[in-house]
Amino acid sequence: MSLNPEQKIQFSPMHRLQWEEAQQKDVILYPEGMVELNQSSAEILKLCDGTRNLDQLVADLEEKFATTGLKNDISGFLEVALGNGWIQQN
Amino acid sequence: MAGSNKTNITPPRWLLAELTYKCPLQCPYCSNPLDYAKHSHEISTEDWKRVLSEARKMGAVQLGFSGGEPLTRQDLPELVQHARELGYYSNLITSGYGLTEAKIIELKEAGLDHIQVSIQASTQDLNDHIAGTESFHSKQEVARLVKKHGYPMVLCVVIHRENIHQMADILAMAEKLGADYLELANTQYYGWAHTNRDLLMPTQEQYQEAEKIAQDFKEKVAGKMKIYYVVPDFHEDRPKACMNGWGTTFLTIAPDGVALPCHSARELPGLDCPNVNDHSISDIWHESKAFNFFRGTEWMQEPCKSCDEKDKDFGGCRCQAYLLTGDMYKTDPVCSKSPDKHIITEAIESARQSALTGNEKPLIFRNSKNSKAY
Ligand code: SF4
Ligand code: SF4
Repeated sequence: MSLNPEQKIQFSPMHRLQWEEAQQKDVILYPEGMVELNQSSAEILKLCDGTRNLDQLVADLEEKFATTGLKNDISGFLEVALGNGWIQQN
Repeated sequence: MAGSNKTNITPPRWLLAELTYKCPLQCPYCSNPLDYAKHSHEISTEDWKRVLSEARKMGAVQLGFSGGEPLTRQDLPELVQHARELGYYSNLITSGYGLTEAKIIELKEAGLDHIQVSIQASTQDLNDHIAGTESFHSKQEVARLVKKHGYPMVLCVVIHRENIHQMADILAMAEKLGADYLELANTQYYGWAHTNRDLLMPTQEQYQEAEKIAQDFKEKVAGKMKIYYVVPDFHEDRPKACMNGWGTTFLTIAPDGVALPCHSARELPGLDCPNVNDHSISDIWHESKAFNFFRGTEWMQEPCKSCDEKDKDFGGCRCQAYLLTGDMYKTDPVCSKSPDKHIITEAIESARQSALTGNEKPLIFRNSKNSKAY
């Protein structure tokens, strides 16, 4: 399984992404488990709402953080996310 | 008692709400206490809501509704809704027995995140025998409905000598039902399983064969189905890391409101487990004798005390040490460094003899009649 750069990316409906006040962190919740996210991973996942493909996502994040050259990091993380079933494309 | 270092207490992450000891099934490996019939009082809906609110405020985020059979509590949808409003991820851990489509929809609307259905075997005869109740077809139906209504579907199968030969069929069944997760839980021998151990424990060869089948299947379904394999600790060299560390992560509340550092802890002597009707959750977690008892490593004896792995497994399971050696401070006998390791070897041999001679006493099923004998 690997990321298709053309297709839109959506957060998996089988998981839940939420801010945890007690931990001051975003986390992914799923049956009997939890993954704590660092800030950049959380920012990427929040944009996976089914309206953007890889390039659009990179453009939006680069704009948000007023920077460039994020594409490799973002696509690397998204591959991991896809492998873990946190995101999907269809 | 272990003098704990109170500044290092982490907040609970996991709340296990054992809503009731009532259950329509009679599984002979149930982890509920043998004398559960003595603890038939159940705390109220309001009590549960308060427990949920307080634990959430401290940082608990995963919530398991279990039992017994949690569906026997009529206020389950109300509790689920309360949990959702608080931001819990809620897991319903059920036998599936009596779960109708209308209830599945009602719980979804209330905000339930996930349903775990247990199935006892891959065939009707064996499932119904182990469950002590005719339930195979309704469980399969429930699994389909859970999927249909968009829940992640987790199948749980407890593995023991009566069903371990069905491993390949169990895996095929999970695939056919479209399980997103499959929990293959090798029986842990406390509670009722301890009593029935000679009849339930597979031989080393059976474990090895079953594990190989499960591992090969895991690769085959990678990306489609996740498999959790709960290891048979009697056959390992190191014990399991008890509760991720006593009083670090898990908080269990029993049906009568007794707060437990682990679901079996009420069997340990002298812990004086506190009740949520007498104390706040925060007091229970931070101050109570029970939750501080085995916190940290101060309480340990040798060989754990000077062992360089003590931060990895915390000396193993306290309930197992107590059940097998009579001393809850001892090294879990599963550990190869334990002077009591022979107890494990003997238990394995005794179960093996029982398997070979076929000269077996009957299983003791978990029901209130049998419970009253304890
Ligand atoms: S001796 Fe104790 S701490 Fe060391 S590995 Fe064994 S159980 Fe764990
Ligand atoms: S003491 Fe044993 S039964 Fe209790 S949580 Fe630890 S490992 Fe489990």
